[in-house]
Amino acid sequence: MAPLTLFEKIWKNHVVHEEKGKPSLLYIDLHLVHEVTSPQAFEGLRQAGRQVRRKDKTFATMDHNVPTIDRYNIKDPISLQQIETLSSNCKEFDIELFDLNSPYQGIVHVIGPEQGLTRPGQTIVCGDSHTSTHGAFGALAFGIGTSEVEHVLSTQCLWQNKPKTFEVRVDGKRQSGVTAKDIILSIIGEIGTAGATGYVIEYTGEAIRSLSMEQRMTICNMSIEGGARAGMISPDETTINYLKERPRIKNIENLEQLINEWRNLASDEGSEFDKKLILNADKMAPQVSWGTSPGMVSGIDSKIPNPNDIEDSVKRKSTEDALSYMGLKPDTCIEDIKIDTVFIGSCTNGRLEDLIAASKVIQGNKVPSNINAIVVPGSQIVKIKAEQLGIDKIFKDAGFDWRESGCSMCLAMNPDKLSPGERCASTSNRNFEGRQGKGGRTHLVSPVMAAAAAINGRFTDIRSLDLDLGDY
Amino acid sequence: MEKFKNVMSRPVPLNSAHVDTDQIIPKQFLKRIERTGFGQFLFFDWRFNDDGSPNEKFILNDLRFKNSEILLAQENFGCGSSREHAPWALRDYGFKVIISSSFADILYNNCFKNCILPLVLNEKDLEYLFESTLNFNDYMLNIDLEKNLLADNKGFKIYFDIDSFRKKCLLEGLDDISLTLEHSEKIDMYEKKL
Repeated sequence: MAPLTLFEKIWKNHVVHEEKGKPSLLYIDLHLVHEVTSPQAFEGLRQAGRQVRRKDKTFATMDHNVPTIDRYNIKDPISLQQIETLSSNCKEFDIELFDLNSPYQGIVHVIGPEQGLTRPGQTIVCGDSHTSTHGAFGALAFGIGTSEVEHVLSTQCLWQNKPKTFEVRVDGKRQSGVTAKDIILSIIGEIGTAGATGYVIEYTGEAIRSLSMEQRMTICNMSIEGGARAGMISPDETTINYLKERPRIKNIENLEQLINEWRNLASDEGSEFDKKLILNADKMAPQVSWGTSPGMVSGIDSKIPNPNDIEDSVKRKSTEDALSYMGLKPDTCIEDIKIDTVFIGSCTNGRLEDLIAASKVIQGNKVPSNINAIVVPGSQIVKIKAEQLGIDKIFKDAGFDWRESGCSMCLAMNPDKLSPGERCASTSNRNFEGRQGKGGRTHLVSPVMAAAAAINGRFTDIRSLDLDLGDY
Repeated sequence: MEKFKNVMSRPVPLNSAHVDTDQIIPKQFLKRIERTGFGQFLFFDWRFNDDGSPNEKFILNDLRFKNSEILLAQENFGCGSSREHAPWALRDYGFKVIISSSFADILYNNCFKNCILPLVLNEKDLEYLFESTLNFNDYMLNIDLEKNLLADNKGFKIYFDIDSFRKKCLLEGLDDISLTLEHSEKIDMYEKKL
């Protein structure tokens, strides 16, 4: 048999129906639902008198609207209505919901893997573009619109045109302080925000293989920022070790057999991709975004580009617009940019390892009083585990706010948001205009870079602090 | 779903690349639980000043392009969040066709579910449309999906590419779920193997 990629194996296993000249009908193994993109889908079901086909493959949580200070006191009536609508829809259609009272509540892309709902070889969808996160486990996972949410609820299938495949190989070994976030920002900086449109990326190479599962999730999470339909990593022993202890997996009867099947999903030796990019992690620097799209990114040791040096007129205008919005001058050293706010959290970087690493930078230091710094764990489980390790105390002693889990300042649909002109070092995934609040200025960085910026009030090369960050 | 009909309109030239769905519909308007009424919030932060008055510098507020049904945009239109509120807002505002040199994947898919035709043209043709609609006050563009034809009133004419299945769905206003349910037996069979 011809060697196949991980993507091709999963695709082949899920085609329910195909006809020449039409999209394929794909079966969906796991459907995750949250409060923002689902109300209209449930309403559609009700109007057509349809049911949820597979309640056992559908799980819901509330994350986008949840306040992180007092989660039971939702002051915005419309946010409250979305939260309540999800509760009543889950009740009416009999769907398992991790609500605000659940000890497992959290950001949808944090809790899926945490609970062991996410597994290799699955097709996974959610009405959220960062569904690509789950690809870290060797699943085909992608974001869909609300019409498609309704379609999956009702049929457990989805019409899909087959995407092309793109291998992004990252060789070499990272320097200490250069994290998964810096790898993915470097990749997006290289290919641009539309560089992978129409493709599913598989990340390969030594620098990817050596990452923990949580770090792999950071990589796959931001695949969509490069335009990719999905991002994935072939399962290996790291994947299996992470999954076999998960609550929804550890008691499966024929687990050994299942694990063997997972191993066999990895892309075959000699399998071919439609497109290929090779990068090397050796020379990567910690990254800081300076513009209004995730591709507008530079190493901490470099300068903000000058639009006058850009030949392409559309690109030049984008850069000028971005610098004007960001209130930055061309040729400024990244290390000279001062910040007002620090946000550590989100589905990109709100997991336990992220918080542990950031706490190592913070430990024994103080955040200057003019800087507002918050840490928002990705889930209640992350929060409790961090508290058991005393990490909350390190953050609080340094002057950080320690919050309840949720999407928080990543997208400002809840009380956590930036004011106009406020400049934020953020571990989230998008630096679009107004993403963190109207007029807010977002710089995307890793958790350790955000922590260093919190202490120094400006971007600082984490490598110069000479800390032992372990494998992070 | 509504059937897609011929569109004849002066296109509005939004000269920005990588327009993300956070700009198309900012997050404060995602909290509704209906599919309707999003047009008033389209490009909200660009369309309105802080005091709520229209931002006269923004192209959608330019009276020359009032009531336009065709939006021109530069590359990678609709990147970012998967929110279907973006096409809901575009359609509710009145746009039936969006023309760009490339689209982000999810928004492209979402357009077809909402009776919007996303058209991909090469950069040269797109540039021509941008210049023409700015230069000629009587400029009109006609989109005939049945014939895959885009033609203006200045003699320019091209046949565009579009997936034939998607074209059929738009023209006939087909509902995806009904189409899928025709394959119920195959879904049952697939589930038996699980």
